[in-house]
Amino acid sequence: MKNPLIRIALLALALTPAASFAARAWLLPSQTIVANSGGWVTVDGAMADDLFSFNQGAMNIDALSVTGPDGQPVAPQNIAKGKTRSSFDLELRQPGTYRISVADDMLMARWEEEGKPKRWRGTPAEMATGIPANAAKLEVEQTQRRIETFVSVGKPSALKTNGVGLELEPLQHPNDLYAGEVAKFRFLLDGKPAQNLTIKVIAGGTRYRDSPDETLAQTDSNGAVAIKWPAAGMYWLDAAVADENATVPGVRKRRATYNATFEVLTQ
Amino acid sequence: MIRKSRIALLALALSGAASGADLSLNIEIPTLPVAEYHRPYVAVWIEGADQNIAANLAVWYQVRGDHTKWLPDLRQWWRRGGRDLAVPVDGLTGATRPVGQHLLKFDAAQAPLAKLPPGQYAVVVEAVREVGGREAVRIPFEWPIKSAKRESASGTKELGAIALTLNP
Repeated sequence: MKNPLIRIALLALALTPAASFAARAWLLPSQTIVANSGGWVTVDGAMADDLFSFNQGAMNIDALSVTGPDGQPVAPQNIAKGKTRSSFDLELRQPGTYRISVADDMLMARWEEEGKPKRWRGTPAEMATGIPANAAKLEVEQTQRRIETFVSVGKPSALKTNGVGLELEPLQHPNDLYAGEVAKFRFLLDGKPAQNLTIKVIAGGTRYRDSPDETLAQTDSNGAVAIKWPAAGMYWLDAAVADENATVPGVRKRRATYNATFEVLTQ
Repeated sequence: MIRKSRIALLALALSGAASGADLSLNIEIPTLPVAEYHRPYVAVWIEGADQNIAANLAVWYQVRGDHTKWLPDLRQWWRRGGRDLAVPVDGLTGATRPVGQHLLKFDAAQAPLAKLPPGQYAVVVEAVREVGGREAVRIPFEWPIKSAKRESASGTKELGAIALTLNP
């Protein structure tokens, strides 16, 4: 323990919340560009650090929502919850862009009861019944999670944001990405530009290369960021904010995360 | 001499109204030494300086049966405007073509060239083949046609020689 580096490392380990060790969350569509309406795509959801291999755990897709080009919800079909992945089919009845999201807004609480550590996770509405009034050393954190991917039939159409948590507002459509080109995206936190946000982009196929090859970029004062796609393939985007601007009364700490899967095509 | 002038007269007669300027394109679909061969989907268009489609010239795909679902594999064409088109389109779309030379000829005074504003353009030929590859070949040119020109380029995989002939 005399080595200061080890001490710092241990301290860092102790301070890092367990949640940050969660496996990478991603949705993987079978196709992102479809010629005609009336077809189907299948989407897999998994929690796995290897992009995009189903080798860790399935994603819980209870919080799945699919929005069609007309802004109306689209019901996923043939939902299957497996051990290594969840999956569902989507019927694409109209031209335009479908936004596929797994998004939730939860609370995580830790406290002590008669000297024993207790944990709870639930929705803000369940808070009053979930956490006892006499909880000692209570720590509550809001977690706003959004995992997305996009599929377009024919010409991609405009996408709407809803002002909750961390979101992507495309300046370039996510179904219009090509190798060697630069795409501009804007990130919003609670509907306002997410400034100085670090965006991490990783190409799929991590199992087949020796380096992680993460690309980092920073959003500007307008929340915008430019991402250059080095090659065609599937990409995973990761962004997270930890602040004290929880939107639930009586809660301060908040963690908002955004993940998306994009397909980049050849020139 | 007699024979030559006769050929010239015949050529004149065949060129129709002889309104003058035209753009012709010879596209070679090469023989490929593969076990499983399917005729390629081919899109031919005029690309503007902004890389968008200024005019579609031809789209060949498997017309019989519903095989339009593979049109997005003509990636550049699809992106640049193929996805805005409701196929089939009269005078534009047609069945896939066999291996060989294919001549396309367009009158400058008629659609789709008549409304082409003056400027720098390129003819793009993009081909994609089932269980095969994809290739796009570009030949730049200036519009309107000022002098007779013959430009050529060659594909290396999915396309053979492409020749663009401009007649003022």
